[in-house]
Amino acid sequence: MLKSLATIWRFIDDRTGASKIVVPVMNHIVPANARWWYVFGSATLCCFIMQVVTGIGLALAYVPSGGEAFQSLQYITQQAPLGSVLRGMHFFGASAMVLLAFMHMAQVYLHAAYKYPREMNWMSGIVLLLFTLAMGFTGQLLRWDANGVWSTVVGAEQAARVPVVGTFIAHAILAGDTIGGATLTRFFVLHVFIFPAFIFAGVGLHMWLILRHGISEMPKAAEPVVPETYKNAYEKRLKKTGVPFWPTAMWRDAVFSLIVVIGIIACAIAFGPPVLDKPPDPTTLNVNPAPDWYFLFYFAILSMLPASLETWVILGGPLVVILGLLALPLLSNRGDRTPSRRPWAIAIVVTSVTALIILTIYGARAPWSPNFSAKPLAESIPATADPGIHQGAEVFFNKGCIYCHEVNGDGGQRGPNLSRVGDRLNEDQLIIRIKNGGHNMPAFAGRITHDDLTTLVAFLSSRRAGNPPSRSAVAELALTAPEPPDHK
Amino acid sequence: MHTTPDNAVKNTPCDSHELTRRRFFSRVSVACAAAIAGLAGVPVVGFLIAPIVRPARPQWRGVGKVDSFRIGQTVQVQFSDPSPLPWSGITAKTAAWLRRVGDDEFIAFSMNCRHLGCPVRWVEGPRLFMCPCHGGAYYEDGSVAAGPPPEPLARYAVRVKDGQVEIQTSPIPLTTFKS
Repeated sequence: MLKSLATIWRFIDDRTGASKIVVPVMNHIVPANARWWYVFGSATLCCFIMQVVTGIGLALAYVPSGGEAFQSLQYITQQAPLGSVLRGMHFFGASAMVLLAFMHMAQVYLHAAYKYPREMNWMSGIVLLLFTLAMGFTGQLLRWDANGVWSTVVGAEQAARVPVVGTFIAHAILAGDTIGGATLTRFFVLHVFIFPAFIFAGVGLHMWLILRHGISEMPKAAEPVVPETYKNAYEKRLKKTGVPFWPTAMWRDAVFSLIVVIGIIACAIAFGPPVLDKPPDPTTLNVNPAPDWYFLFYFAILSMLPASLETWVILGGPLVVILGLLALPLLSNRGDRTPSRRPWAIAIVVTSVTALIILTIYGARAPWSPNFSAKPLAESIPATADPGIHQGAEVFFNKGCIYCHEVNGDGGQRGPNLSRVGDRLNEDQLIIRIKNGGHNMPAFAGRITHDDLTTLVAFLSSRRAGNPPSRSAVAELALTAPEPPDHK
Repeated sequence: MHTTPDNAVKNTPCDSHELTRRRFFSRVSVACAAAIAGLAGVPVVGFLIAPIVRPARPQWRGVGKVDSFRIGQTVQVQFSDPSPLPWSGITAKTAAWLRRVGDDEFIAFSMNCRHLGCPVRWVEGPRLFMCPCHGGAYYEDGSVAAGPPPEPLARYAVRVKDGQVEIQTSPIPLTTFKS
């Protein structure tokens, strides 16, 4: 039995040449000192394979039809056996892939592994990162809930800012001039066929380049990159100290990838897939579209820009960043690799990561969005001798001031916090602000009655340091003290 | 200078004929490949851009009886896209904010914010259209009141026909590049 199996294998191997291709790849010599530093790239690839497998699983039930995709996702999430876990794995797999790709990039940048002769390794990696992000965006749209529909519109509107061909691109994204049945299938094709095909090709190129140029060594101050002598020196060092990739180096990749996969499944089980928003009904206007977490930083940037710069940043920002990243190894392909001799590299990574984290948190809080869920304030404003103040708190709510202004911890954060506005502005100044608006505030002249304005100003003037307790304090008071007689 | 027999062969007139023959075949191969790509590609690309170059013709869509709208009130109405696909389902629908301003006079605002297209909502108290995405706000006539929108809200054509209010479908308003 074993003998005949061996005969079959020998036949296949002889005719295909399989082991002549695979064995040298597995046994190629890699630097011994990288240890755990190089596990991020392989883990990113592992995530991609996970995405392909879980994606195929989801495609078994997902219906890429504008009218039915949402119901098929509800079925996958709520009824299909293990469907919720599968969706969760696809979501957390995507998150892990984005995260690991960035970690891989940061590590390669810090160790300057992009320098000669690995310039194209870096450039192909940048292209792969862009496709990964494109997969993230299209994947979020395939959720095809209200958020997905409106994210498509936002994407199309951004594309429309491109000079000359903007409208054409926007209509290509929408598959027409409005959202409709053809819109979703377009994103389905991109997400399931076209982008993955490019990623497969890109991964192939990336891997081939790794084999062609060898894995870079850990940077040493004594070994700056000199393109003229690098290859000889690298091979000489590798012969002396290198170890075979399989299994001496690869076991760490395997262990780390396993940890990542366990983490993805654990998150999928513990947190479940992202909750589906309302159905994709373009007439549902009470929605609050926001991107998935990996684009929150961009959401924040777009929200905080002065309007005059916006088009330039929408168009130029990504272009400058992408071109800069692609050009990096061409601009600096020799010299020191060790981070201690490239302090600016550390500074760039630390600054970028900090900025991304802050912008992401900011994007999640979205303080520039009106807070439509703010509750009526009057309940939390303690009754005073002046009934006008209490009425003013009602006007503050009814006129929508509270959507943008916070008072005692309630309300929006788009405009200034007005909990102490009585200390800053007198009544005349308040009236001017309310009537004329300014900066980012609409003018209320003609849209507020004299009586409402009077009570509103009385209420705002009473907002001073010390006097108004917070809502939680009021709640405590309400629990312990009887209701004030005029609190009706 | 001595040449090897091989080189001597290459320098004969016969060799230049050989090269032309090779060049001819390589051109034939490239031309065939280009023809295959073109023949297969044209229908696919045509299919891809058809909805863009042949937009649906605008249609008048009834949104309710004239009497069902009160003068001065701004309400959300919905209607269907000009040529919905059979599988569009609810995505074929579109909404607008309709206000009756006179006996037979209506204004229909597009619900797309002119900043990045998010759906604006009418807030009756302050009489503003407000956008949930980046805090754009519009006065009741659709002009920009606050926030990043560069242009006023777009409007649909409205008419009254046989006691019905009708809105003319139109593309999602796109804010395009202005230097």
